Amino acid sequence: MIINVARKELKSVFASPMGWVILSLLMFAFGTYYLNGVNDYFAVMSGAMRPAERTGVTQFVAQTVYGLASFIMLFAVPLLSMRLISEERRSQTLPFLFSAPISLTEIVLGKFVGLVAFLSILIVFIALMLSTLNIWSDIDFGFIIANSIGLWLLVASFSALGLYFSSLTQQPVVAAILTFVALFALMILDRFFAGDPSNTLASLSLMRHFQSFSSGLIDSGDIAYFVLFITTFLTLTVRRLDADRLRG
Amino acid sequence: MNNFTVEAIELTRLYGGREAVSNVSFTLSKGEVLGFLGPNGAGKSTTMKMLTGNLAPSNGSVKICGIDMMESPKEAKALIGYLPEMRPLYKELTVDEYLTVAARLHRVSSGNIKKAVEIAKERCGLGHMSKRLIENLSNGYQQRVGIAQAIIHSPMVVILDEPTVGLDPIQIRDIRALIRELGSDYSVIISTHILPEVEMVCDRVQIIDKGKLVFNGAIDVLKKQRVGNKLLIGMHNPPSVDAMLKIAGITEAEALAGGLMRVRFAEDATPAEAIVQAAVKNNWGLHQIAPDQTSLEDVFMQLTYQEQTEF
Repeated sequence: MIINVARKELKSVFASPMGWVILSLLMFAFGTYYLNGVNDYFAVMSGAMRPAERTGVTQFVAQTVYGLASFIMLFAVPLLSMRLISEERRSQTLPFLFSAPISLTEIVLGKFVGLVAFLSILIVFIALMLSTLNIWSDIDFGFIIANSIGLWLLVASFSALGLYFSSLTQQPVVAAILTFVALFALMILDRFFAGDPSNTLASLSLMRHFQSFSSGLIDSGDIAYFVLFITTFLTLTVRRLDADRLRG
Repeated sequence: MNNFTVEAIELTRLYGGREAVSNVSFTLSKGEVLGFLGPNGAGKSTTMKMLTGNLAPSNGSVKICGIDMMESPKEAKALIGYLPEMRPLYKELTVDEYLTVAARLHRVSSGNIKKAVEIAKERCGLGHMSKRLIENLSNGYQQRVGIAQAIIHSPMVVILDEPTVGLDPIQIRDIRALIRELGSDYSVIISTHILPEVEMVCDRVQIIDKGKLVFNGAIDVLKKQRVGNKLLIGMHNPPSVDAMLKIAGITEAEALAGGLMRVRFAEDATPAEAIVQAAVKNNWGLHQIAPDQTSLEDVFMQLTYQEQTEF
């Protein structure tokens, strides 16, 4: 049943040019950075005399691309998640889902899975694009896998938050703005506590937990953080929709 | 074991302390078309939302084919097809795509989806619209898609909220015919504020006013109340009321403006012939005699008005 809701979401995304345009524009941006990364690598490495200054091509190129990806997703996810529930609220299509034999949890999970599946296309494409480096050199696949998992968890967290804000309002634009502001605050939270890295609030920052992945480290603590983050916002969304049914 | 497809038991819904629906109970059997009648804001849509599990009742319960909506909502919802007042259509999809999504969400097994979509389209006369975007369909066809969506999984109960609002007369006629047809296979509940519509398509009627059920019975009862034992007589030289009352069988007479007279007669009497004979004999100048029908609107007004005077 979750799959059926997710399929419906994917169908809606690809029924309009929106989905295709976003996919192609983002891939264009990532492709450009990839190309620049490869060019810069030779320029930088030819100037790096001491062995300590040298980094592998995987790390050099992938870090540029994944750094950009995590930043761009900050804008892309709110734009994609904004319509998930608010649009249905506005065009009054929610009763269609509510009167079908599916539970609220399944509806919310379905919508979440649909959006994450769409964004996963991008993550897979990025990984494939970086893997083409292997044709000319011997690259570190572990680094790419760690980054992909990190980016995937990051994007899934963005989506969960976006889904929640989308359930709060009837206006997709309001949902997008709220999501963006909240995500941005969570991203730069650790900057405020730069002087005191052990602060509890700093560890709420999404970016901080992404950092270990971006250096190629899969840390179970960070995975747990993302999983908790996603669960929290999905639960809040279910509760928000349930309030619709109870309060009308 | 009873055969009720829908059982509403003391449904009550509060909106911030105000009772939008209070203590509404009724049952529906298989193959019946129930008309839900009431003025705007009477609580028709709220009741329907509660029946379909879109809104939690503040008090009372709903049972669909014996399955409680609160306890096992999924099982109960699987037996219902619902078309809300605002059509829940995904306008960016084509008719086929949309109906496929509807079939999937309503647990039609994947092998039967194609067939279910075809049958629903055929019943609603949508065959030639399959590949059109819902957005580009006319109002009437969008409404048909809405109904097709509600019957796609062959539910036991079809609930349609104001299915003919905003349609042109031909579309209204088609949709009424469709509802009649659905009534032979499913239990149907429709809500409307158009009275003749109820008379045309429903077996039973319920009138709801200010959240309370004021009438619940077969449509024939309402019709009888409407037709009554009354005659309207038009005469150029109307006699006095007393003269009219002398004719056998007439229990009541009332003179109206323009030489008209309304008479009420006893249940088993047929005084029409006697009236005509008397009119010819006494030179009343009879030019019209017809059964007097109170319009359904009047009955409706009476029922809702009585309710008000109780306070």
